[in-house]
Amino acid sequence: MAKKLQLTLKVWRQPSGKAEGRIETYDAKDIPVTASFLEMLDIVNEGIIADGGEPIAFDHDCREGICGMCSLTINGCPHGPGKGVTTCQVHMRSFQDGDTIWIEPFRADAFPVLKDLMVDRTAFDHIIQAGGFISARTGSAVDANATPIPKPVADAAFDAAACIGCGACVAACKNASAMLFVAAKVEHLGMLPQGKAEKDRRVLSMVRAMDDHGFGNCTNQYECEAVCPKEISATYITKMNRDFAAASVKEAVVTEF
Amino acid sequence: MKLLESFKQFYASSIGKKLLVALSGAVLLLFLLGHLLGNLVIYLGRGALNDYAEFLHHALHGMGVWIARVGLLGAVGIHIMATIHLAAQNRAARHSRYAYESTQTASKASRTMIISGTIILCFIIFHLLHFTILPNDLKDVTTAGHVRPDVYGMVVKGFQNVLVSLFYIVSMAFVCFHLSHGVSSVFQTLGFRSEKSADMIKWLGHGYAAFIFLGNISIPIAVLLGFLKF
Ligand code: HEM
Ligand code: FES
Repeated sequence: MAKKLQLTLKVWRQPSGKAEGRIETYDAKDIPVTASFLEMLDIVNEGIIADGGEPIAFDHDCREGICGMCSLTINGCPHGPGKGVTTCQVHMRSFQDGDTIWIEPFRADAFPVLKDLMVDRTAFDHIIQAGGFISARTGSAVDANATPIPKPVADAAFDAAACIGCGACVAACKNASAMLFVAAKVEHLGMLPQGKAEKDRRVLSMVRAMDDHGFGNCTNQYECEAVCPKEISATYITKMNRDFAAASVKEAVVTEF
Repeated sequence: MKLLESFKQFYASSIGKKLLVALSGAVLLLFLLGHLLGNLVIYLGRGALNDYAEFLHHALHGMGVWIARVGLLGAVGIHIMATIHLAAQNRAARHSRYAYESTQTASKASRTMIISGTIILCFIIFHLLHFTILPNDLKDVTTAGHVRPDVYGMVVKGFQNVLVSLFYIVSMAFVCFHLSHGVSSVFQTLGFRSEKSADMIKWLGHGYAAFIFLGNISIPIAVLLGFLKF
């Protein structure tokens, strides 16, 4: 029989986007240490439903750390304790019996709350629509090595492509900036030969889309990098800063994109 | 004007403003280094410092000092305008704050740049009034009989006031604090930082900040301890 935890939860409850929200207190009784964080919430919700209450709404889908749907800011840290994990990969063995756990939504004006702990991350889709693609037709799959790509470049592009678009970077940033997400998306395409052709146009339009959605500005504090479940490096932001500067100058004095 | 439109668009973007903050910050950083090295000439004595001051005031037929003044004023102006705009946008990006706030890696200095910056601004105003706009009229007569302002005397007299010295030392502590985040930030914002160089850049930033701090405060301390006499 696994060890059981008795916990107190302080949970953000907000009936809808328009309504006022507030912190409510719940007891989470007899939580097995083997449960995942989301399973713990499932157990608490079953209790709330049995008492005739409204269950706590939270996002989730794959529950194996690949879809980026789960969110939650746990004790002030997006995706909770542990490096390189999503909330669905956090297990209750990370907590002690008797702990009080604060659970809040990812907070940013660009991510409005839909209900309780669920936020609307459509802003990210709009940023992708602004340039996070390659517009040339690529036809059917080509031979793997038809386009030679140096291994370090392929690796760096892949590390950036590991971004699951969860939004933890925005939630962690003191300024609710989306720079790590945008940098990962801009750079993973910009580094590869297929994506290079549209590199300048891409960085300009994606950064402008980011600004239009009211995300904050980067202050180089690297909170994003610290919480990223895919451990994407803030040096992609460095690269994007450089690419943005170069593309701005080109646009201003050489050509329109 | 097409170019003006492009610049407006550049300034409107988050990265555009950040680049301006970093560039103006870099100008001020280089100035601080030059200014400190110049200040340290005081240890070579009255003649040397006054020679150096005279040289600065006569460089390019007296134009040099004005070019520097206009450049520095421009850099400070751009730096302040862009940081205020950035800070206002950052505040507006998160209206509902976390009930449970936590910080993963951000330093205290990085979270209080606007406060250390404002204190630096107050210091700059006092410092200019003190030594540039309202200097006393001490004169130094060279052996050749040439009469010139006694900068050395002005500095030593100024720092013999304990309160003034204390104010300079505390202000330098805030400059040091600002730079402990600012220097490495310049590399990140301008796109010259990598996984491999990150640690080196961080230590370079801290070292630079410490050097500016220790070098500058050594002067009021030397005056108070009586090493530099009137
Ligand atoms: C001797 C004077 C100053 C120097 C050498 C200096 C230097 C710097 C540097 C190097 C940065 C980092 C730029 C970057 O983000 O890449 C910075 C940032 C900043 N400075 Fe200054 N600064 C000075 C005065 C001021 C003043 C007077 C203010 C007044 C408001 C100020 C406010 C700020 C703020 C708020 C930031 C943070 C910007 C950000 O993180 O995005 N600074 N400064
Ligand atoms: S639910 Fe898919 S990553 Fe957590």
